[in-house]
Amino acid sequence: MTKKEREVLIDPFFNNNPISLQVLGICSALAVTTKVETSLVMSIAVIAVLMLSNLSISLIRDYIPGSIRIIVQLTIIASLVIITDQVLKAYLFDISKQLSVFVGLIITNCIIMGRAEAFAMQNGPKMSILDGLGNGIGYSLVLLFVGFFRELFGTGKLMGHTVLDPINEGGWYNPNGLMVLAPGAFFLIALFICLNRMWKPDQVEAD
Amino acid sequence: MQRSNKYTILFAAAVCLVCAIFVSSAAVALKPLQEANKILDVQKKVLDVSGVLGEGESLTPEEITARFEELIEGQVIELASGAVAEGIDIVDFDQKKATKDPAQSSEAPSNKAGLLRIPTNATVYTVREDGAVKTIVLPISGKGLWSTLYGFLALEADTSTIKGITFYEHGETPGLGGEIDNPIWKAKWPGKQAFGADDPTTPRITVIKGMARDTEEGRTHHIDGLAGATITARGVSDLVQFWLGDHGFGPYLSNFREGAAPQQPQGDEGGGS
Repeated sequence: MTKKEREVLIDPFFNNNPISLQVLGICSALAVTTKVETSLVMSIAVIAVLMLSNLSISLIRDYIPGSIRIIVQLTIIASLVIITDQVLKAYLFDISKQLSVFVGLIITNCIIMGRAEAFAMQNGPKMSILDGLGNGIGYSLVLLFVGFFRELFGTGKLMGHTVLDPINEGGWYNPNGLMVLAPGAFFLIALFICLNRMWKPDQVEAD
Repeated sequence: MQRSNKYTILFAAAVCLVCAIFVSSAAVALKPLQEANKILDVQKKVLDVSGVLGEGESLTPEEITARFEELIEGQVIELASGAVAEGIDIVDFDQKKATKDPAQSSEAPSNKAGLLRIPTNATVYTVREDGAVKTIVLPISGKGLWSTLYGFLALEADTSTIKGITFYEHGETPGLGGEIDNPIWKAKWPGKQAFGADDPTTPRITVIKGMARDTEEGRTHHIDGLAGATITARGVSDLVQFWLGDHGFGPYLSNFREGAAPQQPQGDEGGGS
């Protein structure tokens, strides 16, 4: 793997994270992160869609007429999302029930269109796959971070296993209701952005 | 780069065609698996609510289906009369679809459960033990805070003692309204009386706000509310009352009490032990 390829793959983890730096895809990061399990499945779904959409768009990038390129990208992304949703319904029924509409809403996830337009339209298939994978992992890192703390503090569980014994099941831990609501995710995403920028001060915007 | 209009249109058509082929083949190829999942999910919930499944018992899909077929007997009944609906096979009957089909449903009378239409026919499951019906499982549905809740309510053969409640589909907030799935809360239902001893037609079971008080009424008919989920809890209360009432399964339950319980379907074993 060349240095350039490595950069394309690794950069979106922390240096150019789609959520914390580009601030894309926030909506789904709020909606599906009440549990680690749903965050994980959503992450995998987004990574799959992102890699495949980047690949297919990159393959036909020289043939796409400029005037209809956005709608062509959208058609491809939408098809991939529908297929992903169908696969989840067939093989991971319980989880797909919990994710409900949010898998379908991957279509509107700005990260995917953003990467198609900004990267796959200009780069070859191999680089585009790496870019998709990198950005997908960057997105997943935030989702898992948020999902981990929301599930742990909101319900006292991790992956459905009780870690902190909640009071309503006879334990000692009083679950924090804020965590399971959307505002809880806002606080956590902000915390992630804060930590990310403390570590990489160059990401801080000038006033 | 500038392309001709003809090229653009042909390109768009080609993209659509390719995408359509992928999407439709995925949908067609995966349909049987998805349908099987849905049926399995319902079977699991019916087993669960009728108390056939042991605590924390997890079964493979094959075991669930086998046990469902062994123990559970399904019937389609006509809601208004409570009698078995003629000529409808339970396998072909989809209550949710029927509720939306104008030919198989009617406008719901004004109700607190937020139901707009009710189906003409409905599914009822029964569990037999030594030939006699021991548990009746009724499908229930109604509005919570964000979504329509779908679930099952199990009653004992006296048609009043509750055996269990479960929801298989809802979109309530996890941790708040979603606590209707909490086993600890569901465990508050069994043993409660759906109807008063003096009047077996008016549902008395209620989910109240706060803790059920230690009075006669509280002990027998009230369920503790859910903190932070007042509206979901009220919804559960209203929908259970609706489905147990005259417009829901009331007629079926009164037939059942009068001993006119629908006959056991043919070909089923009598009292194998």
